[in-house]
Amino acid sequence: MSDHLLKSIFGRLTWESFPLHEPILLGTFIVVAALGLALFGALTYFRLWGYLWTEWFTSVDHKRIGIMYVILGIIMLLRGFSDALMMRAQQAIAFGDNQGFLEAHHYDQIFTAHGTIMIFFVAIPLVVGLVNFVMPLQLGARDVAFPFLNNLSFWLTAAGAVLVMISLFVGEFASTGWLSYAPLAGLAYSPETGVDYYLWSLQIAGVGTTLSAINMVATVIKMRAPGMTMMKMPVFCWTALCSNVLAIAIFPALTAAFFLLMLDRYIGTHFFTNELGGSPMMYWNMVWIWGHPEVYVLVLPAFGIYSEITSTFTGKRLFGYTSMVYATVVITILSYLVWLHHFFTMGAGPSVNSFFGIATMVIAIPTGAKIFNWLFTMYRGDIRFELPMMWVVAFMLTFVVGGMTGVLLAIPPADFVLHNSLFLVAHFHNVIIGGVVFGLFAGMVYWFPKAFGFKLDEFWGKVAFWGWVIGYWVAWTPIYVVGLMGTTRRVNHFDDPTLQPYFIVAAIGALIILVGILGFVMSIVMGFVKRDQLRDLTGDPWDGRTLEWSTTSPPPAYNFAFTPVIHDLDAWYDMKSRGYERPAGGYRPIHMPRNTGAGIILAGLALSLGFGMVWYMWWLAALSFAGLIVVAVAHTFNFARDYFIPADEVALTESKRHQPAVGA
Amino acid sequence: MVVLNPTGDIALQQRNLILFATGIMLLIIVPVMVLTVLFAWRYRRGNPNKVYDPNFDHSTTLELVIWACPLLIIIALSVVTWTSTHLLDPFRPLERLSAGRPIAPNTKPLEVQVVALDWKWLFIYPEQGIATVNELALPVDVPVHFSITSTSQFSTFYAPTMAGMIYAMPGMQSVLNAVLNQPGDSWGYSGNYTGRGHTEMRFKLRGMAPADFARWVARVNASKGTLAAANYGALEKPSIKVPALYFGSVMPGLFDRVVNRCVAPGAPCTIDVMRRDMARSRGDVAGRSAAPLHGTTPTPALFKAPEDKGTGPNVTKPAKPGAPGERKQGDPRNRDLSATQPFLAPGALRTARSDPQASGHS
Repeated sequence: MSDHLLKSIFGRLTWESFPLHEPILLGTFIVVAALGLALFGALTYFRLWGYLWTEWFTSVDHKRIGIMYVILGIIMLLRGFSDALMMRAQQAIAFGDNQGFLEAHHYDQIFTAHGTIMIFFVAIPLVVGLVNFVMPLQLGARDVAFPFLNNLSFWLTAAGAVLVMISLFVGEFASTGWLSYAPLAGLAYSPETGVDYYLWSLQIAGVGTTLSAINMVATVIKMRAPGMTMMKMPVFCWTALCSNVLAIAIFPALTAAFFLLMLDRYIGTHFFTNELGGSPMMYWNMVWIWGHPEVYVLVLPAFGIYSEITSTFTGKRLFGYTSMVYATVVITILSYLVWLHHFFTMGAGPSVNSFFGIATMVIAIPTGAKIFNWLFTMYRGDIRFELPMMWVVAFMLTFVVGGMTGVLLAIPPADFVLHNSLFLVAHFHNVIIGGVVFGLFAGMVYWFPKAFGFKLDEFWGKVAFWGWVIGYWVAWTPIYVVGLMGTTRRVNHFDDPTLQPYFIVAAIGALIILVGILGFVMSIVMGFVKRDQLRDLTGDPWDGRTLEWSTTSPPPAYNFAFTPVIHDLDAWYDMKSRGYERPAGGYRPIHMPRNTGAGIILAGLALSLGFGMVWYMWWLAALSFAGLIVVAVAHTFNFARDYFIPADEVALTESKRHQPAVGA
Repeated sequence: MVVLNPTGDIALQQRNLILFATGIMLLIIVPVMVLTVLFAWRYRRGNPNKVYDPNFDHSTTLELVIWACPLLIIIALSVVTWTSTHLLDPFRPLERLSAGRPIAPNTKPLEVQVVALDWKWLFIYPEQGIATVNELALPVDVPVHFSITSTSQFSTFYAPTMAGMIYAMPGMQSVLNAVLNQPGDSWGYSGNYTGRGHTEMRFKLRGMAPADFARWVARVNASKGTLAAANYGALEKPSIKVPALYFGSVMPGLFDRVVNRCVAPGAPCTIDVMRRDMARSRGDVAGRSAAPLHGTTPTPALFKAPEDKGTGPNVTKPAKPGAPGERKQGDPRNRDLSATQPFLAPGALRTARSDPQASGHS
């Protein structure tokens, strides 16, 4: 076949695109392929494909979609964390004559993939997953506002994750840093597949995240149970609302920035090039207008989780609910006004820098108020130190340090010496691990029995907790120190041997975190093994205060047989203290959305569109795009979108419930 | 810890600011951490002597305190931020050499022009008519005015012993005013990631007594190399681990040509292109009839012929040795670390890269 024809069909895909020469990747690929085949074989052998397709993949049930998001996040956490281990190992050994085991270009891909995956495919799916699962239950709703859209959002996010994973074995991922700054990410300096993989996977996932945010906001606005005014809404719902309002406003900025960069790369415009009037600086502004609020998109729901858990495990109403809500809203608004602090050193001038620096510091005020509110919720409480509460205390002790270094970085002249240093890297890992990750683990441990009907294994849960908390401090304290020694970030080799002990300690810390991660996986496995002892029959294993604990664990598809009526902030606590008894009859048919395969099909087409564009296979991209339009239009003609669960079936489901020990 | 133990007055003031801000924040951080542990311990379920008040969820006094405490600290920090940001603005001419040693008005600072190349630093001393690569020598207690730009990437010019970092950006010029107060060698870096050679993009910063500096200038001046358009083009190609190079003379106006992206013979200067474009947009007849000025740009993906699509290799394999560093944009070989062999401009004086033990870390 002629080269012309080959290139027309396969674009720039050749045998060179596969890592046949690279032992690390080849080994990884063989392991992944073997595990994949084993999983595929097992699913086929046990005839689970039909079950997965009808009950999970096509499901529009917010609980199942939430669980799938969380599973996606945990799988991607393992990938992102292996990148972290490789970086830590490289930096621990690459001193002097030892170049380490990663060539510069490989190392660059790894730190880019680490950042991209951890934010877009770990933190976002875990946060969205928990919001998806918990929020409608807390609101007393049957589902989210747009159930099909929810399924589509999940699959688009998953398609983005799949595209990133493909880049591990076919071609290469971006080596431009997790935000792929122009001009480095332009065609002139990064002509390979990496940046294209980056752009397409994040565009596809970004559409999913934007749609999901719209869905969640509509859910909070329209789907609250009767009596639940905004100021009687659980704090987690408030934080989820603010987080998603933020996401709606910022993701379009990122999508636009990526789109313009795509135009630069694919049709030769000059938005972000060095030549012909392009302005790379504009790209930096646009990604950080997304990027800084994104931190709050992630951390606000984590704050919500801490609030719910603190209130439950201290057996108290949350201290200062109103100020907590206002603090959340203030953070939401302020977070739009601080993006420039990511590049004080570009020379914006002292007045502009001061404005953005002070705006950044002002965020510390509502955040500080929140910390005090949790503190005074503990005050005069009756604290049960179960696993979720342990995570909260670890968060408070860890996060305040990250907050302090954050305010330090917000002072422009201080930022001049700390910007782009490992001090900065330590700071944002401090707030993201100490704030977001601890919160997500707390949330997963807390709501796991609600989702699956049994608690996680406590011993392994504690292994996970101590592994993460000790590991965090061992891994990141030395990085703060080397930052103060003037070490810059994204460096794969050092000349100065005095730095080495710090990096060795950091690598040990990463291994301790590995123990934490494996401990968490084990707590799920052992929880499953011991599920009969850990079973939650009451639906309310923690003596909870909000509505999700009023239904069974796991909840029925329709969540609540009767829509609850809300009179007080901690609705379930209020119901319990008034001696609530579950109705035993009078059920009515329940109107439910019907499952559909359109979401996964659309996401699959989006994936092949992205793959075609990355590899310059124009025919594949064109076909996939046409397919997307056809399927989307055809789906609008699908009128069989809902059904009723008959009253008898509801009665049967409800009678199977074990009698909860309510109002006792 | 070089950031906490600098030898330049600007970095010292930045250090002091960090210490002050940390101290004032610890006023609230430490009590919060202590209270967290204290409350967690005292109000645990196992403690029979605690007060349990399940409905304690509001106290106006407490709420005022918990909003006021962070507010007061942030007000204090804001004042410091506003003043220090203005006083330590990199564009602001220096007013003192160090505490208590003001600079006489109308003192002309030493001018140094900094160009970030892939992946090395070029320093031009226009008043001395010399240039160096990867070695920056400065006389101590002499104010220095740096003009900073870059050829292709956003790097940051960062000498932690002297002052904070400032971006070096293509087509733009940034400024840093700083001074070194003690002689001694240390390292400077590029803070911002710029691609494959980022790790190796460092320079040696040598603080010298003024007499030593004069001798150093004379030594560089004595080297035969001349930095002009032709060998600048060679120097500009991507390369790493370039040893310190000395050029005894420099083409006049080189820095301005780098900023305007027109060092290569025949390349149109940005400033001329902009002037022409403004004339065209004003409807200036002569301007409109003129052809637009262009540099070279890569062929965008959708316009590539199938044969030109190239391959998307899995580039974790080692870089090909000996591939030339093309100047044509968009050529994959540009990022291929082609010139990993130590670069040597014709006639330039070369010094070995100094041993790492002499670095500024302590």
